[in-house]
Amino acid sequence: MRSPLGRVLGLGAAKEGPGHWWSQRVTAVALVPLVLWLVYSLLALSGQDYAAVIQWLRNPLHAVLLAVFLVTMFYHSYLGLQVVIEDYLHLGWLKVAVLILLKFAHVLLVAIAVFAVLQIALGGRS
Amino acid sequence: MTQDSRPLSPHLQIYRWQITMALSILHRATGILLSLGSVFIVYWLLSLSSGEDAFARAQGLLASLPGKIFMLAWIAALFFHLANGVRHLFWDVGLGFEMPTVRRSGWAVVVVAISLTALTWWLASGVQA
Repeated sequence: MRSPLGRVLGLGAAKEGPGHWWSQRVTAVALVPLVLWLVYSLLALSGQDYAAVIQWLRNPLHAVLLAVFLVTMFYHSYLGLQVVIEDYLHLGWLKVAVLILLKFAHVLLVAIAVFAVLQIALGGRS
Repeated sequence: MTQDSRPLSPHLQIYRWQITMALSILHRATGILLSLGSVFIVYWLLSLSSGEDAFARAQGLLASLPGKIFMLAWIAALFFHLANGVRHLFWDVGLGFEMPTVRRSGWAVVVVAISLTALTWWLASGVQA
Protein backbone atom coordinates (compact mmCIF):
# COMPACT_ATOMS: atom_id res chain seq x y z
CA MET A 1 0.00 0.00 0.00
CA ARG A 2 2.89 2.33 -0.72
CA SER A 3 3.35 4.52 -3.75
CA PRO A 4 6.41 4.03 -5.97
CA LEU A 5 7.68 7.44 -4.87
CA GLY A 6 7.26 6.45 -1.25
CA ARG A 7 9.22 3.33 -1.85
CA VAL A 8 12.06 5.23 -3.57
CA LEU A 9 12.22 7.70 -0.70
CA GLY A 10 12.53 4.81 1.71
CA LEU A 11 9.36 5.60 3.58
CA GLY A 12 7.55 3.04 5.65
CA ALA A 13 8.81 -0.28 6.89
CA ALA A 14 12.15 -1.76 5.94
CA LYS A 15 11.92 -3.35 2.53
CA GLU A 16 14.52 -6.00 1.86
CA GLY A 17 16.16 -6.28 5.25
CA PRO A 18 16.45 -10.06 5.53
CA GLY A 19 17.85 -10.40 2.01
CA HIS A 20 20.47 -7.74 2.67
CA TRP A 21 21.41 -9.34 5.99
CA TRP A 22 21.81 -12.76 4.39
CA SER A 23 23.88 -11.50 1.44
CA GLN A 24 26.19 -9.66 3.82
CA ARG A 25 26.75 -12.86 5.81
CA VAL A 26 27.23 -15.11 2.79
CA THR A 27 29.78 -12.75 1.23
CA ALA A 28 31.49 -12.45 4.61
CA VAL A 29 31.85 -16.23 4.93
CA ALA A 30 33.20 -16.46 1.38
CA LEU A 31 35.66 -13.66 2.02
CA VAL A 32 37.34 -15.40 4.98
CA PRO A 33 39.14 -18.04 2.89
CA LEU A 34 39.43 -15.70 -0.11
CA VAL A 35 41.20 -12.97 1.87
CA LEU A 36 43.53 -15.46 3.56
CA TRP A 37 44.39 -16.91 0.16
CA LEU A 38 44.94 -13.40 -1.24
CA VAL A 39 47.27 -12.32 1.55
CA TYR A 40 49.23 -15.56 1.25
CA SER A 41 49.51 -15.13 -2.52
CA LEU A 42 50.57 -11.49 -2.31
CA LEU A 43 53.22 -12.38 0.26
CA ALA A 44 54.51 -15.13 -2.03
CA LEU A 45 54.63 -12.58 -4.87
CA SER A 46 56.22 -9.69 -2.96
CA GLY A 47 59.70 -8.92 -4.16
CA GLN A 48 59.11 -10.72 -7.45
CA ASP A 49 59.46 -8.96 -10.76
CA TYR A 50 56.81 -8.00 -13.27
CA ALA A 51 57.12 -11.18 -15.33
CA ALA A 52 56.63 -13.38 -12.29
CA VAL A 53 53.44 -11.58 -11.28
CA ILE A 54 52.06 -11.87 -14.82
CA GLN A 55 52.93 -15.57 -14.87
CA TRP A 56 51.16 -16.05 -11.58
CA LEU A 57 48.02 -14.39 -12.95
CA ARG A 58 48.13 -16.49 -16.11
CA ASN A 59 47.44 -19.54 -13.95
CA PRO A 60 43.67 -20.02 -14.47
CA LEU A 61 43.06 -20.96 -10.85
CA HIS A 62 44.66 -17.74 -9.59
CA ALA A 63 42.82 -15.59 -12.12
CA VAL A 64 39.46 -17.14 -11.28
CA LEU A 65 39.96 -16.90 -7.53
CA LEU A 66 41.10 -13.30 -7.84
CA ALA A 67 38.04 -12.46 -9.95
CA VAL A 68 35.75 -14.19 -7.46
CA PHE A 69 37.44 -12.31 -4.63
CA LEU A 70 36.95 -8.98 -6.40
CA VAL A 71 33.25 -9.51 -7.12
CA THR A 72 32.56 -10.79 -3.61
CA MET A 73 34.56 -8.01 -1.99
CA PHE A 74 32.91 -5.21 -3.94
CA TYR A 75 29.45 -6.62 -3.23
CA HIS A 76 30.26 -6.93 0.49
CA SER A 77 31.70 -3.41 0.41
CA TYR A 78 28.56 -1.95 -1.13
CA LEU A 79 26.27 -3.72 1.34
CA GLY A 80 28.32 -2.38 4.24
CA LEU A 81 28.52 1.17 2.95
CA GLN A 82 24.80 1.12 2.24
CA VAL A 83 24.12 0.50 5.93
CA VAL A 84 26.54 3.27 6.92
CA ILE A 85 24.80 5.79 4.63
CA GLU A 86 21.38 4.73 5.84
CA ASP A 87 22.53 5.19 9.44
CA TYR A 88 23.87 8.71 9.05
CA LEU A 89 22.18 10.31 6.07
CA HIS A 90 18.50 11.09 6.52
CA LEU A 91 17.94 13.85 3.98
CA GLY A 92 15.74 11.97 1.50
CA TRP A 93 17.06 13.06 -1.89
CA LEU A 94 20.70 13.21 -0.72
CA LYS A 95 20.58 9.70 0.70
CA VAL A 96 19.14 8.27 -2.51
CA ALA A 97 21.66 10.16 -4.65
CA VAL A 98 24.65 9.01 -2.57
CA LEU A 99 23.46 5.40 -2.55
CA ILE A 100 23.01 5.41 -6.32
CA LEU A 101 26.42 6.99 -6.86
CA LEU A 102 28.04 4.46 -4.55
CA LYS A 103 26.43 1.63 -6.45
CA PHE A 104 27.65 3.04 -9.77
CA ALA A 105 31.15 3.44 -8.36
CA HIS A 106 31.22 -0.14 -7.11
CA VAL A 107 29.92 -1.55 -10.39
CA LEU A 108 32.49 0.47 -12.33
CA LEU A 109 35.35 -0.55 -10.07
CA VAL A 110 34.54 -4.26 -10.18
CA ALA A 111 34.10 -4.13 -13.97
CA ILE A 112 37.49 -2.47 -14.43
CA ALA A 113 39.20 -4.82 -12.00
CA VAL A 114 37.79 -8.03 -13.48
CA PHE A 115 38.53 -6.77 -16.98
CA ALA A 116 42.17 -6.12 -16.00
CA VAL A 117 42.47 -9.60 -14.52
CA LEU A 118 40.98 -11.23 -17.62
CA GLN A 119 43.17 -9.15 -19.89
CA ILE A 120 46.31 -10.39 -18.16
CA ALA A 121 45.12 -13.96 -17.65
CA LEU A 122 44.03 -14.38 -21.27
CA GLY A 123 47.27 -12.82 -22.46
CA GLY A 124 45.90 -9.65 -24.04
CA ARG A 125 48.67 -7.22 -23.04
CA SER A 126 52.39 -7.59 -22.37
CA MET B 1 12.37 14.05 5.74
CA THR B 2 14.63 16.90 6.78
CA GLN B 3 17.89 16.94 8.69
CA ASP B 4 16.78 18.47 12.00
CA SER B 5 19.09 20.23 14.43
CA ARG B 6 17.58 19.21 17.73
CA PRO B 7 20.12 19.05 20.54
CA LEU B 8 21.68 15.70 21.46
CA SER B 9 22.43 14.74 25.02
CA PRO B 10 26.19 14.24 25.45
CA HIS B 11 27.24 10.62 25.19
CA LEU B 12 30.81 10.23 23.97
CA GLN B 13 32.02 12.63 26.64
CA ILE B 14 30.03 10.85 29.34
CA TYR B 15 30.05 7.09 28.96
CA ARG B 16 33.15 5.10 29.83
CA TRP B 17 34.76 3.49 26.79
CA GLN B 18 34.45 -0.28 26.73
CA ILE B 19 35.82 -2.95 24.44
CA THR B 20 32.32 -3.62 23.11
CA MET B 21 31.57 -0.17 21.72
CA ALA B 22 35.18 0.46 20.71
CA LEU B 23 35.36 -2.65 18.53
CA SER B 24 31.92 -1.98 17.13
CA ILE B 25 32.83 1.43 15.75
CA LEU B 26 36.26 0.16 14.75
CA HIS B 27 34.59 -2.56 12.68
CA ARG B 28 32.67 0.13 10.82
CA ALA B 29 35.70 2.41 10.47
CA THR B 30 37.95 -0.38 9.17
CA GLY B 31 35.22 -1.41 6.73
CA ILE B 32 35.09 2.09 5.31
CA LEU B 33 38.88 2.26 5.10
CA LEU B 34 38.97 -1.07 3.27
CA SER B 35 36.37 0.16 0.80
CA LEU B 36 38.45 3.24 0.09
CA GLY B 37 41.56 1.09 -0.27
CA SER B 38 39.83 -1.08 -2.84
CA VAL B 39 40.20 1.82 -5.27
CA PHE B 40 43.96 1.36 -5.02
CA ILE B 41 43.60 -2.38 -5.66
CA VAL B 42 41.87 -1.56 -8.94
CA TYR B 43 44.59 0.96 -9.83
CA TRP B 44 47.26 -1.64 -9.07
CA LEU B 45 45.56 -4.25 -11.29
CA LEU B 46 45.18 -1.71 -14.08
CA SER B 47 48.84 -0.79 -13.88
CA LEU B 48 49.70 -4.49 -14.05
CA SER B 49 47.68 -4.89 -17.23
CA SER B 50 49.16 -1.70 -18.70
CA GLY B 51 52.71 -2.93 -18.91
CA GLU B 52 55.97 -2.99 -17.02
CA ASP B 53 56.46 0.79 -16.78
CA ALA B 54 53.01 1.45 -15.38
CA PHE B 55 53.48 -1.40 -12.93
CA ALA B 56 56.87 -0.06 -11.81
CA ARG B 57 55.21 3.30 -11.12
CA ALA B 58 52.52 1.66 -8.99
CA GLN B 59 55.09 -0.37 -7.08
CA GLY B 60 57.11 2.81 -6.56
CA LEU B 61 54.09 4.48 -5.01
CA LEU B 62 53.73 1.55 -2.62
CA ALA B 63 57.40 1.65 -1.68
CA SER B 64 57.29 5.35 -0.78
CA LEU B 65 56.83 6.38 2.84
CA PRO B 66 53.17 7.43 2.49
CA GLY B 67 52.67 4.25 0.47
CA LYS B 68 54.09 2.11 3.25
CA ILE B 69 51.96 3.88 5.85
CA PHE B 70 48.89 3.29 3.69
CA MET B 71 49.79 -0.40 3.24
CA LEU B 72 50.30 -0.91 6.98
CA ALA B 73 47.02 0.82 7.81
CA TRP B 74 45.18 -1.17 5.15
CA ILE B 75 46.65 -4.50 6.29
CA ALA B 76 45.81 -3.71 9.92
CA ALA B 77 42.26 -2.73 8.92
CA LEU B 78 41.95 -5.92 6.87
CA PHE B 79 43.01 -8.26 9.66
CA PHE B 80 40.95 -6.45 12.27
CA HIS B 81 37.82 -6.43 10.10
CA LEU B 82 38.41 -10.10 9.25
CA ALA B 83 38.87 -11.22 12.86
CA ASN B 84 36.01 -9.10 14.22
CA GLY B 85 33.92 -10.23 11.25
CA VAL B 86 34.37 -13.85 12.35
CA ARG B 87 33.32 -12.76 15.85
CA HIS B 88 30.17 -11.28 14.28
CA LEU B 89 29.48 -14.51 12.40
CA PHE B 90 29.53 -16.44 15.68
CA TRP B 91 26.98 -13.97 17.05
CA ASP B 92 24.86 -14.49 13.95
CA VAL B 93 24.42 -18.15 14.80
CA GLY B 94 23.65 -17.21 18.39
CA LEU B 95 26.94 -18.05 20.06
CA GLY B 96 29.05 -16.00 22.43
CA PHE B 97 26.57 -13.45 23.73
CA GLU B 98 27.42 -13.85 27.41
CA MET B 99 29.13 -10.65 28.57
CA PRO B 100 32.42 -12.24 29.75
CA THR B 101 32.66 -14.06 26.41
CA VAL B 102 31.92 -10.86 24.49
CA ARG B 103 34.77 -9.09 26.23
CA ARG B 104 37.18 -11.99 25.96
CA SER B 105 36.49 -12.56 22.27
CA GLY B 106 36.88 -8.82 21.75
CA TRP B 107 40.35 -8.79 23.23
CA ALA B 108 41.19 -11.97 21.30
CA VAL B 109 40.27 -10.16 18.08
CA VAL B 110 42.62 -7.30 18.96
CA VAL B 111 45.48 -9.70 19.71
CA VAL B 112 44.89 -11.73 16.54
CA ALA B 113 44.66 -8.62 14.36
CA ILE B 114 47.87 -7.12 15.72
CA SER B 115 49.69 -10.45 15.46
CA LEU B 116 48.63 -11.12 11.87
CA THR B 117 49.51 -7.56 10.87
CA ALA B 118 52.95 -7.80 12.45
CA LEU B 119 53.55 -11.23 10.93
CA THR B 120 52.52 -10.11 7.45
CA TRP B 121 54.59 -6.94 7.67
CA TRP B 122 57.63 -8.88 8.85
CA LEU B 123 57.25 -11.49 6.10
CA ALA B 124 56.75 -8.85 3.41
CA SER B 125 59.74 -6.73 4.43
CA GLY B 126 61.95 -9.80 4.83
CA VAL B 127 61.54 -10.60 1.13
CA GLN B 128 62.55 -7.13 -0.06
CA ALA B 129 66.05 -7.49 1.45
